[in-house]
Amino acid sequence: MPQDRIRNFSIIAHIDHGKSTLADRILELTHAVSQREMRDQLLDTMELERERGITIKAQAVRVEWKGYQLNLIDTPGHVDFTYEVSRSLQACEGALLVVDAAQGTQAQTLANAYLAVENDLEIVPVVNKIDLSQADPDAAAAELADLIGDSADHVLRISAKTGQGVEDVLDAIVERVPAPAGDADAPARALIFDSSYDQYRGVVAFVRVVDGSFSTREPLRAMAQGTRFEAEELGFFAPTMRSAESLSAGEVGYVITGLKDVSKLRVGDTLTSERRSAGAPLPGYKDVKPMVFAGLFPTDSDDYPELRDALERLKLNDAALFYEPETSQALGFGFRCGFLGLLHMEIVRERLEREFDLDLLVTAPNVAYRVKPPHGEWREVHTPADLPTEVEEVEEPYIKASVIVPKEYVGAVMELNNARRGRFDQLEYLSEDRVHMTHELPLAEIVLDYYDQLKSRTRGYASFDYDVIGFRPGSLVRVDVLVGGEPVDALSLIIHRDFAYERGRALVERLREEIPRQLFDVAIQAAIGSRIIARETVKAKRKDVLAKCYGGDITRKRKLIERQKKGKKRMKQVGMVEVPQEAFLAVLNLNGERK
Amino acid sequence: MTGARHLYVHLPFCAHRCGYCDFVTLVGRTGQHGAYVDALLSELELERELLSPDVETVFLGGGTPTFTETAALCRLLRALPSAEEVTVEANPETVTPHLARLLRDCGVTRMSLGVQTFRPHLLAVLERVAQPDTVRRAVYRLRDAGFDNISLDLIYGIPGQSAADLEADLDDALRLAPEHVSCYELEAKPGTRFTHAHGDELARQADAMESYFESVVAHLTAAGYRWYETANFCRLPTPLDARDLRSRHNLAYWRGRDYLGLGIGAVSTIDSRRWRNTPRLGAYVDALARGERPQRELEPLPPAVQRQERVLLGLRLDEPLDLESVAQAVDVPSLERLAGLGLADVIAAADGHRRVRLTERGRMLGGGVTAEILV
Repeated sequence: MPQDRIRNFSIIAHIDHGKSTLADRILELTHAVSQREMRDQLLDTMELERERGITIKAQAVRVEWKGYQLNLIDTPGHVDFTYEVSRSLQACEGALLVVDAAQGTQAQTLANAYLAVENDLEIVPVVNKIDLSQADPDAAAAELADLIGDSADHVLRISAKTGQGVEDVLDAIVERVPAPAGDADAPARALIFDSSYDQYRGVVAFVRVVDGSFSTREPLRAMAQGTRFEAEELGFFAPTMRSAESLSAGEVGYVITGLKDVSKLRVGDTLTSERRSAGAPLPGYKDVKPMVFAGLFPTDSDDYPELRDALERLKLNDAALFYEPETSQALGFGFRCGFLGLLHMEIVRERLEREFDLDLLVTAPNVAYRVKPPHGEWREVHTPADLPTEVEEVEEPYIKASVIVPKEYVGAVMELNNARRGRFDQLEYLSEDRVHMTHELPLAEIVLDYYDQLKSRTRGYASFDYDVIGFRPGSLVRVDVLVGGEPVDALSLIIHRDFAYERGRALVERLREEIPRQLFDVAIQAAIGSRIIARETVKAKRKDVLAKCYGGDITRKRKLIERQKKGKKRMKQVGMVEVPQEAFLAVLNLNGERK
Repeated sequence: MTGARHLYVHLPFCAHRCGYCDFVTLVGRTGQHGAYVDALLSELELERELLSPDVETVFLGGGTPTFTETAALCRLLRALPSAEEVTVEANPETVTPHLARLLRDCGVTRMSLGVQTFRPHLLAVLERVAQPDTVRRAVYRLRDAGFDNISLDLIYGIPGQSAADLEADLDDALRLAPEHVSCYELEAKPGTRFTHAHGDELARQADAMESYFESVVAHLTAAGYRWYETANFCRLPTPLDARDLRSRHNLAYWRGRDYLGLGIGAVSTIDSRRWRNTPRLGAYVDALARGERPQRELEPLPPAVQRQERVLLGLRLDEPLDLESVAQAVDVPSLERLAGLGLADVIAAADGHRRVRLTERGRMLGGGVTAEILV
């Protein structure tokens, strides 16, 4: 296909604003798929496709429209996941920015729109769900036009559900989105924007060819890592897998590499041909640094190798995921994992549990800290227990928090952000009723329950997004928890000095409720250094007997004792104290509902 | 093998099934008592070689053994091997002067009375037939017939039972000067009529059970009783009565001795094997009428399990358990930790064998301590 007849685009939309419905409608209109097949072939379905015995999820679908080849590149199921969205956007020249006619712009919409602008994408604004009775297409169109600095007349008004206006969307893609700009005659270069793993075919890379072309059986090289392999198969999704002889400049498709070691090929790397190598790789992705950390421990310690393999597998197409082995005296062997943010953490955890069938214990998340010990060098600390007791300076990451709410909730948001050590930045009216506020906040203040609090204080109307803006010094201390006199590393937390007493007290109170009574008194203490700041006691049990036991009862009594022993095994041993796994999550629910 | 020295005989018949009861019991069936006793005696004949020529104890449990038709009961008693301790369980309302004398004549040495409580409102909750005076009268009648070893069964944790109710029960029991007292916490099995009716109240008072148990132990020990097993107390020897009043039959269970059980639902443990007879009366009687053994559930007891049981049972007693004989079942570091906490005493004896005994507080926590100590 000549390059000028190719259009590569993504759909950017807030959750539930109609991305998948629009994608379905596009596939239908372009006859890529019949209505009957629709159900199984939603673009962003997490169910894996089963085709030719291999299981790969379509990341880009090729359709034809009026003689043009359109490649719809999927953004991840979670559209508010800025970092992954940015990867997909780099493979495109344009994006449909879809907004719900009833709900209007959301914080993630803003963030992703800015992202698209940063990537020089042509934005095609679309107001969806105009068929809804509560829709206000004019208001939504005005907001959207204002956001991207365009005229409201340019905003398309559609109903993906009924199909109304969807043809116009396809026409607009052809008309407004520029053709890919690469040089078809230059040495071949392709950006790996995602990848997947199949147990028979190895790593499957999803690529956007920028210059030149690639053909089947050609020896290839990943430029950054130097990995060499042969393209076992090239092809594209339409929407099922179709192999092709070649992929050329401007096209989007897949490369089956046959590589079995997932660490050999990273998303963001550039593929080139060994026969005629390109001189320089494409600009890859911005190096992303994990900011939120949590310990991941298998509930059953036998699952440690499985967890390690699973993390390696996830790392394949999630360069931002960081992990290193961690040993906790309370939780055993696991990994300290770094995430871009909370959502990233949630997704990783969800995938580990669902796709890899692992049962995990995830400790309370904390942020990365920069620490300067007296006479020492600055270093980064990823787990509270690693924060030295003596520090000269500590820095914590700050974010710019962006909240969009109906104006009557401005006060509630201000109050919440102030309580979270926030500094007001600015406030602008998006429309007569809706306000966009920004604050600077320590990232640590949002990792626990900020989002829930925000939602509840604004009756669910607030949308929220944030950007990390750098490290700043803070008056921070480490609060340790001692159970039966033994420090429990997994329960340590780093907190602003002003909140240390309150949080320490709440934590030990919570733990007193979570730790069952034992055969002896158990002291639960919170301490800063050697100074105890809060104490609770779990009083010893006074009675634990099996009442009657005669000749006929012995077997049953023995089984009761066996069950009691088994119950103990599910607990984690801290010194002599048995601590249920739930207790390690206590710090997560400090403000939550009490049992 | 030398044969089991302890014989249990199950007499399942009752006038009424109490709501909390989970034993194998049958209401009424007076026409079948004779046939059942025939079956018991046939089973005894079939298993005779499992019994030692010197049977030490016989225990007739139920059910309500004394509800069994008197002629059939006497026929049974006279046919059983004689023993130094022959115990019969009885409900107070069944004890007539005539029956008391008859039991005595048939060689019964010890009576175990199901009292449960002396409070009328709590007797009603338990659906007991007896009234407080019925209980006292039964004891007097047994004494008149010459019984000098009487055990009273009490229950604590009855729905609605206050701490004062419990203390009054203990005092009332002590006034009867029983040689032996068993005191159990009420066990309400899930799904039973009783739990359905009283579950909420039981849950509400569950926390109080700690202090109830402590109160039972404190009361009875203060009154000169030996807390010799988790739920059992006997009068300490006095200059006037130097007897060891522990239940010898039950001690045999707790010391891991072999025992033969006859009757429906009865359990036997002999030579590393345990079996339980069918709980169905018809099947039991029919099989024995044909001269066959009744249907049984078999449970092999490998040495490791036997050792576990020895620990589980032995730690219920106030006498030391020989650690060397069960060493493979015991996690010594855990035991030492518990000893450090004042829950157990490890005693080094002159013969080089170490013995273990739980302290008073350790015995209060016997279940948890056992779970901790067992490997």
